[in-house]
Amino acid sequence: MAFYIVQFLTGLASAASLFLVASGLSIIFGVTRIVNFAHGAFYMLGAYVAFTLTEHWSGALGFWGGIVAAALVVAAVGVIVEILLLRRIYHAPELFQLLATFGLTLMVEDLVVLIWGPDDLLGRRAPGFKGAVDFFGQNIPSYDLFLIVLGPVVLGALWLLFQRTRWGILVRAATQDRDMVAALGVNQKWLFTSVFAVGVFLAALGGALQIPRDAVHHAMDLRIIVEVFVVVVIGGLGSILGAFVAAVLVSELNAFGILIFPTISLILVFLVMAVVLVVRPWGLFGKKEAPVRRTPGLTVIPWRALTSLERLAALVALALAAMLPFVGGNYALTVGAEIAIFVIFAASLHFLMAVGGLASFGHAAYFGLGAYGVAFLAKLAGLPMIACLLLGPLLGTLGALVFGAFAVQLSGVYFAMLTLAFAQIVWSIAFQWVAVTGGDNGILGVWPEKWAASPSHFYWLSLGVAALVVSALRLITFSPFGYALRAMRDSPLRSEAIGINGKLIQWTAFVVAGSTAGIGGALFAYLKGSVFPDNMGISLSVDALVMVLLGGVETVAGPIFGAIVYKALNIWLVSQTDLSKLVLGIFIVLVVVVFPKGIVGMFESITYRRRAAPPKSPVLAAKMEGAQ
Amino acid sequence: MRRRFLLAAGLAIAAAGMAKTAAAEDVIKIGEINSYSLLPAFTEPYRKGWQLAVEEINAAGGINGKKLVVVSKDDGGKPADAQTAANELVSSENVAMLAGTFLSNIGLAVSDFANQKKVFFLAAEPLTDAVTWSKGNRYTFRLRPSNYMQAAMLVEEAAKLPAKRWATIAPNYEYGQSAVAVFKKLLSEKRPDIQWVDEQWPPQGKIDAGPVVQAVAAANPEAILNVTFGADLVKLVREGNTRGLFKGRNVVSFLTGEPEYLDPLKDETPEGWIVTGYPWYSIKTPEHDAFLKAYQAKYNDYPRLGSIVGYQTIKSAAAILAKAGSTDADKLIAAAEGLSVPSPFGEITFRKIDHQSTLGAFVGKTAVKDGKGVMVDAAYRKGSDYLPSDAEVEKLRPKE
Amino acid sequence: MSLGVALLSVEGLTKSYGGIHAVRGVSFMLQAGEILALIGPNGAGKSTCFDMLNGQNVPDSGRISVMGENTTGRKPREVWRLGVGRTFQITATYPTMTVRENIQVALVSYHRRLFDVWSPMASIERGEADRLLDLVGMAGYAERPCGELAYGDLKRLELAIALANHPKLLLMDEPTAGMAPRERVELMRLTAKIAREQSIGVLFTEHDMDVVFEHADRILVLNRGTLIAQGSPAEVRGNREVQAIYLGEGLLYDSRHREGASA
Repeated sequence: MAFYIVQFLTGLASAASLFLVASGLSIIFGVTRIVNFAHGAFYMLGAYVAFTLTEHWSGALGFWGGIVAAALVVAAVGVIVEILLLRRIYHAPELFQLLATFGLTLMVEDLVVLIWGPDDLLGRRAPGFKGAVDFFGQNIPSYDLFLIVLGPVVLGALWLLFQRTRWGILVRAATQDRDMVAALGVNQKWLFTSVFAVGVFLAALGGALQIPRDAVHHAMDLRIIVEVFVVVVIGGLGSILGAFVAAVLVSELNAFGILIFPTISLILVFLVMAVVLVVRPWGLFGKKEAPVRRTPGLTVIPWRALTSLERLAALVALALAAMLPFVGGNYALTVGAEIAIFVIFAASLHFLMAVGGLASFGHAAYFGLGAYGVAFLAKLAGLPMIACLLLGPLLGTLGALVFGAFAVQLSGVYFAMLTLAFAQIVWSIAFQWVAVTGGDNGILGVWPEKWAASPSHFYWLSLGVAALVVSALRLITFSPFGYALRAMRDSPLRSEAIGINGKLIQWTAFVVAGSTAGIGGALFAYLKGSVFPDNMGISLSVDALVMVLLGGVETVAGPIFGAIVYKALNIWLVSQTDLSKLVLGIFIVLVVVVFPKGIVGMFESITYRRRAAPPKSPVLAAKMEGAQ
Repeated sequence: MRRRFLLAAGLAIAAAGMAKTAAAEDVIKIGEINSYSLLPAFTEPYRKGWQLAVEEINAAGGINGKKLVVVSKDDGGKPADAQTAANELVSSENVAMLAGTFLSNIGLAVSDFANQKKVFFLAAEPLTDAVTWSKGNRYTFRLRPSNYMQAAMLVEEAAKLPAKRWATIAPNYEYGQSAVAVFKKLLSEKRPDIQWVDEQWPPQGKIDAGPVVQAVAAANPEAILNVTFGADLVKLVREGNTRGLFKGRNVVSFLTGEPEYLDPLKDETPEGWIVTGYPWYSIKTPEHDAFLKAYQAKYNDYPRLGSIVGYQTIKSAAAILAKAGSTDADKLIAAAEGLSVPSPFGEITFRKIDHQSTLGAFVGKTAVKDGKGVMVDAAYRKGSDYLPSDAEVEKLRPKE
Repeated sequence: MSLGVALLSVEGLTKSYGGIHAVRGVSFMLQAGEILALIGPNGAGKSTCFDMLNGQNVPDSGRISVMGENTTGRKPREVWRLGVGRTFQITATYPTMTVRENIQVALVSYHRRLFDVWSPMASIERGEADRLLDLVGMAGYAERPCGELAYGDLKRLELAIALANHPKLLLMDEPTAGMAPRERVELMRLTAKIAREQSIGVLFTEHDMDVVFEHADRILVLNRGTLIAQGSPAEVRGNREVQAIYLGEGLLYDSRHREGASA
């Protein structure tokens, strides 16, 4: 019995830190609607800064002062980030802020190595909390007890802050209805800044408090960010109490899960999140969101099919691309093939995300399933390459059929998180089920047959398939089906009222997107000659999001350019410098600031303005409405 | 302003990288790949090691009179990116051979690439047995003692312990799973009386150490096998120390004696663990002294195991290139098979049968000295003594 | 459709939220070609009623029949397939599409071509879309992005969309809210004209009593979820209870100053 109690208490201690970070993320999202990907980076910075301060300041006061000071320092960094970067892009299309925070994360990951060095750092133990307390023969670290008390204390403090202060009331009001707060004449700018600062403070505090238990290192952010998203979503976005309950739930699940299912602890959390989202689509304590009003300040340019001149230009571009084997070497051709494959991947996500309004955070699952489909068929069934290429993507189709059926029941961030959960489950299976998938070591020797083996042939194959897929998706976009999909994105209310079975349309689109991603994955398996769990990992899903956002989510051609620019830059940077993340992060942040609609989006706006010169700026109109 | 500066800095670095590609005819190039950005703590000492080797080789007149150049690429920790890098090195840089890699999956990805493109590959650090056995191929050689060899070295010591009840803690992926499997198999063979009472499989990099320690303690083992490393190990040690898990129990631990993993533990290093590792401070052989002196003189820093691996990778590669007198892959293979080269740990041989080098490791016990973790009672174990019989190896390797 | 079956028949419609009766025992009928107004002060249950009629909301009890077919609890899209068009109080259109495309979407849905993935939309039902636009007086707007339309134009566009499935019944929730007075009159005249010509039954809610009394054939008055009066405009105008409510609200003939309060 004592053992189970201690196990429970241990879970509670882990919950405290998770809760701190998650509550910060939840508050930021609730008010600003920013999916703050950099939250893990702030958590990590908190730990690093706390490490430095507690090493320099001695004594108990030095330690605890260092922890709090670290959180304050990082919160100040957060304020600077908010003012210099995020403020400029609140009016950008949904999720564009995610791109900015992703860029920041990349930068921070390299910067901490530059500043603090590559080695894992062992921070001081908390003065007065170094030992353990005996509990019926079981030892409980006294620091754990401290954390167990801290969690509810912070929860209580936040509760007081939100219930008893004017600021807190404003924050709650803004969480429920952003526009209303603007209408009340509140200085929204500073409300957002202060909310961001509080959120970052909590994240950094969570990180700083880890130093007596954890090693401080440059991958801390990745370790926590996904788990924090899970907690926030299970608890319900914007709900502090929800974050607390979910943090406890997730931590206890980890604590007891290892006793019952020692090998699938990685999946357990995501399974629970998936179940929660399917049963309670807005999380345990979340409320159904008011229908999303379209972000003000959005100039919407209606999509149109290519003119014959533009079609000709596209054909010329394709023909030029097809000439590459006559000028480029093997390396250029392989990189070219890889870019073509990522164009397919980005286009498939774009179809779901931009045409369907369903931003998937786990699109790599279907890419990876396509790749594994090929690997299974080629290695286990020994099928010829053509058959593998045709049938392999069907594994992606199958995954999309099953997961899509659940996912399209949700929308917005909840959709994103459920897709992420599914992707993580698929990834974990590939990663841990070594007997079938080879686990981390992957499946090797999936090389193309002779007819496609030479770099130029494989390049032409990839380019041809990419051209076909992009054309097909474009065709669908401008077909009645594509319009029905956009109709669901723009106004589910209207769509239902004119006889559209929206969920069925979205599910179909999910399957189309999953299948096309699977085609990309199938080619990728042959390009690399092997498949690894990486092919369905979070970072690949994020890459796809970045490509679509970079190109411009409101454009049709965006993903093509986004994929080419991002992938080419990425390959080039990785080849040229160990600091590729830093440079890429800076690039992304610059693009976000300079092209808040993505590269193609900005270009289109300029040409559209020149062409049509709309009578009055909707930006202005929206602002005037808001001011009334 | 700072951002601009950083961008400029980044571009400058990139430009510098470009300039490297200018090369003359009288050089021999080795293409080197490793996870520099993902695992700087391990790859920085490794890079210093091979840079020292390059310097020494060229100071001694290069390879058959040609200057040795190592073109180094980052793989970002991703097998797919490693292949892109390998492709660039082979196609654009025209390197004579590939070398490097740290993570097992990346080692395998590059090995498979080498096999497909018929390029010689000397895997430096990946541990998985698959590199030389189940997924072995004729183009791939490996320097560092494999998972199996490390397990066999540890089992030799573990079998001497009186402990009968054993528990295991290992990261839940291929490396952890196969390390536990080999250790269990070898130890059970030597000691049929042993019982395996608990297994913990924390996710790699995401250990929830408190509950894991509790759970192991609840099974009340007499000895524990640990395979976790890096940040996971730090958390495990901290929780285990506080909760008294290691008190009165033997612990056998993979790789923990390597400075890369031992140093971060500082004064919290648990004492008396049986580990494999690299006690650079207590090795007293002329070969190692020479290496240590040169390394410390150049970098004003002590070597990690990665420094040895990086140094020896390039030294071995140079020996192979010199013997082959050619950059043809088949000739390189012929030269490498059975080749013996000196190393800071004494002479090592690249076995013809499975292309594994006989580089060994030190086995000893952990201790705390002057607030730092060290290995004591350490003795070198030759790799050749811890490999299965040739008949077994032949069964393990796929037929060509 | 046999003679004598009402276009819309509502019996004992009831809905409550957490113990508060939003709509209680509402019954009425609507015949083809009839224009029926549903009025009542704010919070009387008009919108709840409306949402139940087209399936947006499920009644606790009661029965709704469209042309003799029981539609109680059916989904909006199924009700729409029976020939019920709907406009919304706050317009629901597709801001990222052009005006014509907004109507084309409704048309392809009507022709059950939603899963057509190959035909270019530009060429589908273009003529019919333009005819509908012409009908509501928006012929020149076809290529305009819907997101740039003025509010009155959006209301007209909604009417055109609602007409796309050749409806027998139009449900219009505050069709003139937020419009300038002259636009209101024009839109309702247009609606009435189309209704009479095509023998469409219209049920609409409205705050502007001028509009109501000018165009409605009959009026239903809802107060606190209950139907308190129904009849011709003259009858309703003479009803004491109605007068009491509206005089209390100060709304009956003086709505213009209060409009927007309900938005």
